[in-house]
Amino acid sequence: MARLLIDEEACTGCEACVEECPYGALEMKGDVVSVNEKCTFCGACVDVCPVEALTLEKEEREVEGIDIKEYKDVWVFIEHKGGKIANVSLELLGEGRKLANSLGCELSGMLLGDGVEECAQEAIRYGADKVYLTESPILREYTTDAYTAGAVNLIKQYKPEIVIFGASTQGRDFAGTVATTLYTGLTADCTGLDIDPETKLLRQTRPAFGGNIMATILCQKHRPQMATVRPKVFAMPEKDDSRTGEIIREQVPIGEDEVRTKILDFLQVAETVNLVDAEIIVSGGRGMGGPDNFKIIRELANVLGAAVGASRAAVDAGWMPYEHQVGQTGRTVRPKIYIACGISGAIQHQAGMKTSDIIVAINKDREAPIFKIATYGIVGNLFEAVPMLTQEFKKRLGR
Amino acid sequence: MKIVACIKQVPDTTDVKINPETRTLVREGVESITNPFDEYAVEEALLTREKYGGEVHVITMGPPQAIEVLKNALAIGSDYVYLISDNAFAGSDTWATAYTIAHAIKKIGAVDLVICGKQAIDGDTAQVGPGVATQLGIPQLTYVSKVREIDPENKRIVVERMLEDGKEIVESCLPVLITVVKDINEPRLPSLLGIKKAAKTEIPTWTIEDLPVDKAKCGLEGSPTEVIRVFTPEPRGGGEILEGELTETIPLLIDQLMEAKVIK
Ligand SMILES: Cc1cc2nc3c(=O)[nH]c(=O)nc-3n(C[C@H](O)[C@H](O)[C@H](O)COP(=O)(O)OP(=O)(O)OC[C@H]3O[C@@H](n4cnc5c(N)ncnc54)[C@H](O)[C@@H]3O)c2cc1C
Ligand SMILES: Nc1ncnc2c1ncn2[C@@H]1O[C@H](COP(=O)(O)O)[C@@H](O)[C@H]1O
Repeated sequence: MARLLIDEEACTGCEACVEECPYGALEMKGDVVSVNEKCTFCGACVDVCPVEALTLEKEEREVEGIDIKEYKDVWVFIEHKGGKIANVSLELLGEGRKLANSLGCELSGMLLGDGVEECAQEAIRYGADKVYLTESPILREYTTDAYTAGAVNLIKQYKPEIVIFGASTQGRDFAGTVATTLYTGLTADCTGLDIDPETKLLRQTRPAFGGNIMATILCQKHRPQMATVRPKVFAMPEKDDSRTGEIIREQVPIGEDEVRTKILDFLQVAETVNLVDAEIIVSGGRGMGGPDNFKIIRELANVLGAAVGASRAAVDAGWMPYEHQVGQTGRTVRPKIYIACGISGAIQHQAGMKTSDIIVAINKDREAPIFKIATYGIVGNLFEAVPMLTQEFKKRLGR
Repeated sequence: MKIVACIKQVPDTTDVKINPETRTLVREGVESITNPFDEYAVEEALLTREKYGGEVHVITMGPPQAIEVLKNALAIGSDYVYLISDNAFAGSDTWATAYTIAHAIKKIGAVDLVICGKQAIDGDTAQVGPGVATQLGIPQLTYVSKVREIDPENKRIVVERMLEDGKEIVESCLPVLITVVKDINEPRLPSLLGIKKAAKTEIPTWTIEDLPVDKAKCGLEGSPTEVIRVFTPEPRGGGEILEGELTETIPLLIDQLMEAKVIK
């Protein structure tokens, strides 16, 4: 069992660790600090203690059946739809290249599907040295069972050191199952990846508590090291049509009757641009005053080729469907430009959009919290400002 | 139908503030709440029981004070609740959490439907649901926004899943694990009578000794991942308010936005 040890002699009672602890697990007992059962052994306190009074004691344990040295190369899961690779997978090929270069190993794509060889070629053009490809009619549509079986088979056979997935609904559905099956670590929704120069381990950095704190996570003794990464965190790499690479084919090890779920239908959402892929999002909140007023948001979005978002207040009022909700209990988005109209910027809304490159806020209340994180703020009535923006953009863009 | 809902106690982020000087989370006065997505999970369990009959079991894994979220689950009408709590479980990552929860569900036995929230708002991983399903060897349906129908006789379920670009209608056999999004229902509030009854109910605690787990796979040591650093992100710069009449500020704003070369 792990323990946090406190050297009460050394502790000066400065309380630095009490403040640092994200879980509220440290309290003062008299002049010295003590730990309660909320401790998760994250070690945040250990680093912050000026007198080294805190140590984390852990039983060292060898993991049976894993020889870490057998694992090498970086793999990227190639997600695709309608014969096209998802943008996030291409972004990951770009980042995967960097990781592979710092490790001095190869970068490979892991591709599952039916009739998707063109995607394999495309992955190579975007930087993969090899693509591990499994094709079968049962992989035509994504199901957790068939894709997990295919991926686990490839990973067990070829033993990659690192496997990264896009943090899309598919990637998150699938990576969790693969990691559990393989008994290895998985870090969700990373916003930073790099290789520790000394240990050569993958350092995975991700937000927690709605983006209020960041954590860096390692997977030391299990393989592969796995992570999901949010769309748009990494830049799209250049495509090189002259690149060639090897395609390695494997069979999917299960039959159709072993796939326990069946897709019956797919209903496309009414509004075509999806929030997670959108470069630009125009969002409306309670300040819109009613469902019909979202018309001005849509008009601006149309001119910009943007997607339409909404705050929870607007969704709960029934003005916009839940699919459009941005925030902690909605979607997390990361567009290049986020335009918030009549949204106060509550912490739960911010949790879903704070990492957008540029934030524009239009609000009549100068004190609204959204202005603290907005790159550009306009204090004013949105019913004047939004149509003006639309008109002015139309003029400039010649639309 | 035997239904299990998994719920987690999390800090209420409405209260989470950052100390501007030390740039750390201010914990004082932060209430603990049921993870919002898990309220939908319990509600869906209750709705399913009301429609198809059966019993609702609710489990949480966490420190002793996590019992509060179970009291709430009892107060709104859950039949059985269990606290999974032991120092040996502390520091579990998603793998070890799923492993432990799956053993608790096995102990409940003969379950038809397991319901989790889409994700917990503290860790935001959305990994425990798929992990539990895999550990139990049952299929999973994630991001469920509607349960269309359940046929308990023939052990079938049809749901709608909310994906990025639309809704997928999927069928699965039972038992199955589903993770639910906010849109799925409207959680009920506890009645006064419910609260009183819950306060009187003895809540069982399962420790590591009560579950047939491999101890090496529990808690911090059983966790493949480890946190090596926790820090507060650089605060977002910004806060530039364009001053003046809209006739001036709007063109100025557009100049700035055009520079970003995103608008085509
Ligand atoms: C557990 C939990 C989870 C949550 N999850 C989410 C989530 O995922 N997403 C989310 O968005 N919220 C979420 N919330 C709710 C959040 O706390 C806020 O209540 C919500 O974001 C407020 O939405 P709003 O900004 O549209 O409305 P308000 O806070 O009411 O703000 C409306 C704003 O519009 C401005 N305004 C009004 N009229 C005009 C006008 N004519 N011109 C210009 N400005 C105008 C006002 O000044 C005001 O600032 C959650 C809350 C909880 C407790
Ligand atoms: N400690 C826990 N106890 C019970 N259920 C949990 C626990 N952690 C996670 N869950 C369930 O798993 C879901 C996803 O959590 P997470 O993977 O942490 O985002 C939650 O919504 C809960 O339903």
